[in-house]
Amino acid sequence: MKNKLLLILSVLFAAVLVLGACGSTDDESTDDQTDQDTEQNEDATGDEGTDDEDSSDEGASTEFKIAMVTDEGGVDDRSFNQSAWEGMQTWGEEVGAGDDQYAYYQSNDSADFIPNFNQALAEGYDIIYGIGYLLQEAVEDVAKLNPDQHFGLVDSVSDVENVISLTFRDNEAAFLAGVAAAHTTESGKVGFVGGQKGAVIDRFQTGFEAGVAHVDDSIEVDVQYANSFADAGIGQQIAAAMYTNGADVVYHAAGAVGNGVFTEARNRLESDPDNQIWVIGVDRDQEAEGDWEGGNFTLTSTIKGVGDAIVNATNLTIEEGFPGGENIAYGLAEDGVDVVRGNMSDEAWEAVETARAEVVDGTIEVPEFTYTEQ
Amino acid sequence: MVQSEKVIEMIGITKKFGEFKANDNIHLDVKKGEIHALLGENGAGKSTLMNMLSGLLTPTSGQIRVNGQDVSISSPNVANDLGIGMVHQHFMLVEKFSVTENIVLGKEEHRFGFMDKDTANKQVQELSDRYGLSVDPKKLVENITVGMQQRVEILKTLYRGADILIFDEPTGVLTPQEIQELMSIMRKLVSEGKSIILITHKLDEIKQVADRCTVIRRGKSIDTVNVRETSQQELADMMVGRSVSFTVDKKPAEPKEAVLKVENLTVKESRGYDAVKNVSFEVKAGEVLGIAGVDGNGQSQLISAITGLMKSASGKITLNGKNITNKKPRMITESGLGHIPEDRHKFGLVLPMTLEENIALQTYYQKPFSNHGFLNYKEIKSYAKKLIEEFDVRTPSEVHSASSLSGGNQQKAIIAREIARDPDFLIAAQPTRGLDVGAIEYIHKRLVEQRDKGRAVLLMSYELDEIMNVSDRIAVMYDGRIIAVVDAKETTEQELGLLMAGVDKNRASAETVTAE
Amino acid sequence: MLTMNKDRLNNLLVPIFSIFLGLIFGALLMLAFGFNPITAYNAMISGVFGSPYFLGEALRAATILTFTGLGFSIAFKAGFFNIGVAGQLLVGWTASIWVALAFPDLPRLMLVTMSIAAAIFAGAVWAGVAGALRAYFGTSEVIVTIMLNYTALHLTNYLILNVLGTGNTTERVSENANLSIGWLTELTAGSRLNVGIFIAMVVVFLYWIFMTKTTAGFEVRAVGLNPHASTYAGMSATKNIILSMLISGGLAGLGGAIHGLGTFGNLFTQSGLPTAGFNGIAVALLGLGNPIGIFFSSILFGVLEIGAGFLPNGAGVPDEMASIVTAAIIFFVGANYIIRFFMNKLNNKKTQAVQEGE
Repeated sequence: MKNKLLLILSVLFAAVLVLGACGSTDDESTDDQTDQDTEQNEDATGDEGTDDEDSSDEGASTEFKIAMVTDEGGVDDRSFNQSAWEGMQTWGEEVGAGDDQYAYYQSNDSADFIPNFNQALAEGYDIIYGIGYLLQEAVEDVAKLNPDQHFGLVDSVSDVENVISLTFRDNEAAFLAGVAAAHTTESGKVGFVGGQKGAVIDRFQTGFEAGVAHVDDSIEVDVQYANSFADAGIGQQIAAAMYTNGADVVYHAAGAVGNGVFTEARNRLESDPDNQIWVIGVDRDQEAEGDWEGGNFTLTSTIKGVGDAIVNATNLTIEEGFPGGENIAYGLAEDGVDVVRGNMSDEAWEAVETARAEVVDGTIEVPEFTYTEQ
Repeated sequence: MVQSEKVIEMIGITKKFGEFKANDNIHLDVKKGEIHALLGENGAGKSTLMNMLSGLLTPTSGQIRVNGQDVSISSPNVANDLGIGMVHQHFMLVEKFSVTENIVLGKEEHRFGFMDKDTANKQVQELSDRYGLSVDPKKLVENITVGMQQRVEILKTLYRGADILIFDEPTGVLTPQEIQELMSIMRKLVSEGKSIILITHKLDEIKQVADRCTVIRRGKSIDTVNVRETSQQELADMMVGRSVSFTVDKKPAEPKEAVLKVENLTVKESRGYDAVKNVSFEVKAGEVLGIAGVDGNGQSQLISAITGLMKSASGKITLNGKNITNKKPRMITESGLGHIPEDRHKFGLVLPMTLEENIALQTYYQKPFSNHGFLNYKEIKSYAKKLIEEFDVRTPSEVHSASSLSGGNQQKAIIAREIARDPDFLIAAQPTRGLDVGAIEYIHKRLVEQRDKGRAVLLMSYELDEIMNVSDRIAVMYDGRIIAVVDAKETTEQELGLLMAGVDKNRASAETVTAE
Repeated sequence: MLTMNKDRLNNLLVPIFSIFLGLIFGALLMLAFGFNPITAYNAMISGVFGSPYFLGEALRAATILTFTGLGFSIAFKAGFFNIGVAGQLLVGWTASIWVALAFPDLPRLMLVTMSIAAAIFAGAVWAGVAGALRAYFGTSEVIVTIMLNYTALHLTNYLILNVLGTGNTTERVSENANLSIGWLTELTAGSRLNVGIFIAMVVVFLYWIFMTKTTAGFEVRAVGLNPHASTYAGMSATKNIILSMLISGGLAGLGGAIHGLGTFGNLFTQSGLPTAGFNGIAVALLGLGNPIGIFFSSILFGVLEIGAGFLPNGAGVPDEMASIVTAAIIFFVGANYIIRFFMNKLNNKKTQAVQEGE
């Protein structure tokens, strides 16, 4: 019996190998096509006849390699990680970089952070970005062990020499969201749904509350945390409670939890189209999430230019050298954060425009923290 | 019965499992319109033989002919097409479905994809009437009696056009009346031209209903006989391979002091009603007290309360002078109780565990089997081997799982475990259920042997023969009460039957024994 | 403890077949999506085995899985589905970090022992709650442990934010609570592989001893296989339910300590339950409840987990493919009926087939 089983095992194994081999021939071409077609086309039209990228256009810039390590959300989280990766892809197109010059490493668990950095390290990337404050420790651990390697950290500040920090004054955008909310609410009550408590989301909360108060400090802000960035069910529950208690504009800074906020608003509008309720989106323009048969209930979204920040930092390094140990903060003035016009009334948009100008020129100083760290 | 055509011929059938021959050159032929009994002890190879007929197994060698044609029954579907249907011992019915739905399952009549219930109901009703099965097609299976469920199984085979019906131990789950009804149904079926193979180890049933009988012993066919010309004793001897005695030889009992005392015991069922009502009795050293009664009159709950598996609501139970009322099973066991439980698969054995582990199930924590919390498998093994030898448990080895043993050998293993602990008081609940005569004889001997050693024995059984043969005194339970305690030597089957039906009271008072 | 050699062989073949079928299924799927499975598997294998660092990381991941796998397995043996391994791991992690932060200056051996003991205790209590509710009130342990998972998650996050941490994370534990061993770290080029792997090996051995050699293990097995017969034989179902859940949670908690002190050295707010908890269930199923089997399936899962990271860049395959392969393996283990069926068919075809009588 053993012999027979052995035989079967080897046949199966051989089958896999054969199947694999068959696949590989037509495979590599498709592989390349899907992943590379845009740039290859560009290459082809841009500089015809070149077969050696290194010697073509801007020499040094195209040799530069960058990588990113995602947080647990993964590269397709429709938010933070995704916009970082989109930024890298844009950069790749801009400088005409090859496929092997930018890459992402996906973390499915917090235990994957460090191995992912080490993988990227082994591949010899010039800058390795950690996307999100969750990766701070991992970045710093690896950075200290590899002092000659350049790292980037998004959304948190590191004082390690070979790490550049890219942070966002989310409070400024949230401030504008607050202004918009205050000019839109009719009930005199608005809501804020946070993800996990912590410094980053606190910036959103603080900015939003300040923005609302800037317009009318009698407007009540109902603040709730989901303690999650993933559980849409909790988001829906919180939103239901807020709307029931009279809030008519809810701003979420809670990643996928926010999907529940959108769901709840849609349900309410569909059961009673006379409702006047709004959701404010976060990180990217979430107007599409607010579509319903009676129109669109996404008032506006705060935008966070993670991708742009990465492109900027990368180009800065190429042009002027690596700004190690520095923190580049992106606010309204640097176009790092913003709000979109969305479905704001003219009056609200005007007020937002005014407030934006005042923040940029320093007339208004948006507070950053209410949260106190021990 | 004269030279009618043969519907089934099995010629020189051999089935090997590895080196083990489950069937060894078996010959069997079944004539049209006869009831042919297949008699053999548990594990003799009856089921293996029938599984080859119903397409679940294929023979290693030999030839099967159906209606004179050589056939190869490679799957149950082939058997079905050949008109062979099996009425299984364990019913295969969907409880929440109606009788009709169960019968047509897999062969539904339909019109445009919708199940045609009316037509199906009518067909089932017709079949039922024709063979005198009196089944209501619209009732849910969960609401009909076990006897009726069996008739549904019969209808299932008929509906699929079976001409040859195999009944696998059909009476094991039936009441005496239901058995009689089944017998007449079987006669009706053969009178309508069907042929029946009846697998059984119950001799009286064979005598009652079968025309011919093929006896199988240890995988070999011993003989095929005409039932009318053969006595029960001859059949039994052929089956076991030696002379068997039906009556238990025993000396008169020499009862001594009471070992178990039950006083005013009441036990509540989980649903709240009183299953045992104010029962008092005692069992003396050196006697067998039988508890007779129709199933469901509180016997099981009484035993559960004594053994600590169920709480008693009021009353007192004393074992060896120790109050064991509502004590934990282990404490009661250690006070001198041996218990052969009614349901050996549920309570008696941990089937997936090995035989040696099962034999140590009551004593594994004691020295020498356990030492400072560690099991001593060496001791367990040698102890198990000793008991296997002593109690003639037939098993390839002591490390085979309990589930691989036949029912009789499983029961022997339990008896070995319980008796070897040398308890002062032994409860045997339905100890021979589902076992063949050889095993029954053996178990009865062991129980009487315990009595003669001066132990107190409580025997609970639904089989009157067993109660009358083994017991010295008989307590009859009806509706949760002991309505009479009679002397086994003086009572008759008629009297017990009446008592069990709850009829008589004045007679019971004539008898003067300990109970209320 | 297995009854026959044939069983033993079958028990080994089922997981091996499952792994094989899982890999084949993954390969077919990759082909269907136009990826090259050979490149993919090659990227995983050479990625992990080509560098001592990643091999070390795979073994580190395997260490945690061994604990959670054993933890799940013992409850399973006793007849319970402890889906709360993840939560028990998390409370163990929290407890170990808490103790390590509270007494940073104790001698290393003492601090590590205390932290680990606290973790075992916390995990045991967490699972014990479900066990006690089940034993005394008949509450479904599945539902209770799921709820306790979330309780653990939110309680941990609360503790970090309000008691233990600064912001979203706690400080690093002191060197005295570190589990790394110099030569092991060096051998694996600086991976986080730590003394936990040796603890895991010892625990695998102890688990085996407990289940096969002790009266308590005998009771746990008997109660799991047939609670009625066990009660009849005088074993206490209540006691064994609680005992098995305590051990189960204790093992998960121990895993949490190794994860906390060994992998991270701190505790941070989690957005979800640690995946090692749920993967432990898969590991236990693949290992078919055998401690050695669990150890080896942990290593397989560790390799898959770390190897997955090499898929996108090494082979252009999304790393979710590794999860699909993992899931397929578990599916085939669950569907081992099918595998046994085919193996039996093969056996039956041969006249010399070995089968039990009756």
